Amino acid sequence: MTEHTHFVEIRHAQKSYGALEVLKDISLNVERGQIVGIIGSSGSGKSTLLRAINDLDPLTGGEVWLDGIQVNKSLPHRQYEKHINAMRQQIGMVFQHFNLFPHMTVRENVAMAPKLLKEISKEEANQLAAEQLDHVGMLERIDYYPSQLSGGQKQRVAIARALAMKPKLMLFDEATSALDPELVEEVNQVMKKLAEEHMTMIIVTHEMDFAASVCDRVLFMDKGVVVEEGPPEVVLENPSQKRTREFLRKHIEGAS
Amino acid sequence: MDIELMLKVYPFFLKAAWITILLSVLTAGLGLICGILGASARLSRFSIVRFLGAAYVSVFRGTPALIQLFILYFGGPQIGIQLDAFEAGVIGLGINAGAYMTETIRGGIISIDRGQREAARTLGLSRWQTTYKVILPQAARLLVRPLGVNLNMLIKATALVAAISVIELTYTAQRYIGSTYKPFEMFLLAGVLYMIIIYATGRGVAWLDRKVRIN
Ligand SMILES: Nc1ncnc2c1ncn2[C@@H]1O[C@H](COP(=O)(O)OP(=O)(O)OP(=O)(O)O)[C@@H](O)[C@H]1O
Ligand SMILES: [Mg+2]
Repeated sequence: MTEHTHFVEIRHAQKSYGALEVLKDISLNVERGQIVGIIGSSGSGKSTLLRAINDLDPLTGGEVWLDGIQVNKSLPHRQYEKHINAMRQQIGMVFQHFNLFPHMTVRENVAMAPKLLKEISKEEANQLAAEQLDHVGMLERIDYYPSQLSGGQKQRVAIARALAMKPKLMLFDEATSALDPELVEEVNQVMKKLAEEHMTMIIVTHEMDFAASVCDRVLFMDKGVVVEEGPPEVVLENPSQKRTREFLRKHIEGAS
Repeated sequence: MDIELMLKVYPFFLKAAWITILLSVLTAGLGLICGILGASARLSRFSIVRFLGAAYVSVFRGTPALIQLFILYFGGPQIGIQLDAFEAGVIGLGINAGAYMTETIRGGIISIDRGQREAARTLGLSRWQTTYKVILPQAARLLVRPLGVNLNMLIKATALVAAISVIELTYTAQRYIGSTYKPFEMFLLAGVLYMIIIYATGRGVAWLDRKVRIN
């Protein structure tokens, strides 16, 4: 038995789709309250790694641990379902395309999971939803449907929905990539607020400025491996690896 | 055209139309149950269950409904299934309609964006909670119109049970032809009543679709 002293521990993560190896032996530790950014070009495996953490895309090899418990442990189907559902309640996830439930109001979107999964009354769940929506500045829209919201507002509701489960860890997969430029900032503000509250976060992003301002550590991924990792001022401004420099140069050219 | 005769027999046709409506309602109910079960089977995690679902669809869509009715009603007694004509009609047509509805419902469910399931599972919802809280409510809304098409076909298919002597609209028309020798008038009357039933059903489906549609 090895000791697991880190809050999040990814050990030798490996993932293949048939002959295509998407993650090649990736290890990563994240401490409580840390914010880790993941950057890299399209297809490098960022989403796959993030989605392996809550087992949405199961790994083909390696282990994921959260707070001393293995997330992807091997159990008989029924027990595994129970285990993974309990683990996922502790891991919030925010998607590029929001994935709000279109048939529910904003309130219902946020209150549904706590109502079903936590031992609280309907009133308490609605109260919780209101608090979380207030936190992301969306309380006035509590009775709206997702289709009546802007992209930025949708993403803020999606963040509130994840936070309502009181997760230990939040995963963001390009939370602002689908947004019109003028709506990016309102979502970034919410994420910064979470950072100030010491939420542990792993953030896949294409926004280098944002990564530089909130992340404690940045990983650059390419072709399924972590090429470079370190504080943002090093990885983003003074990288030691040629591939990182090339990626950043292309990124700046592409952005301007 | 013998309008006077049509007016005279009209009350009997109206009574028969109610049998057609009853037959349609029961068939639709049974079809929906079979369709939900069939679609669940088609989407099961177990390959054997998926196979059974696919086999159900192939068999019942791959043979004429009339043959299915004949096997059930005339062949049934040979293997110990005793049904009166009406029962055989409902069961035969219901199982047949269920095969079509299986594919309709399955299509509705798989058309729901994958991200919906992922978002729900990420929150910690179980497979089943995800299905009934997130997937089915959305699929049900999408399914009103396509199931309305199934319903339209099913109502017309009830005419087949005339072949096993259920006294519904088509059978009634045939019977009155025997005594009046006026096939044009009798079939026209039946046709008009079918059209009214189908028109009303179509309006109902359109109303329901508007009501449940998300904005
Ligand atoms: N279900 C799948 N089947 C086969 N290949 C897949 C599947 N999902 C992802 N891949 C492949 O895995 C690789 C990594 O994909 P991934 O989505 O993790 O990249 P990414 O770094 O998130 O890219 P992007 O910036 O475009 O989001 C890609 O080559 C992709 O084509
Ligand atoms: Mg991605």
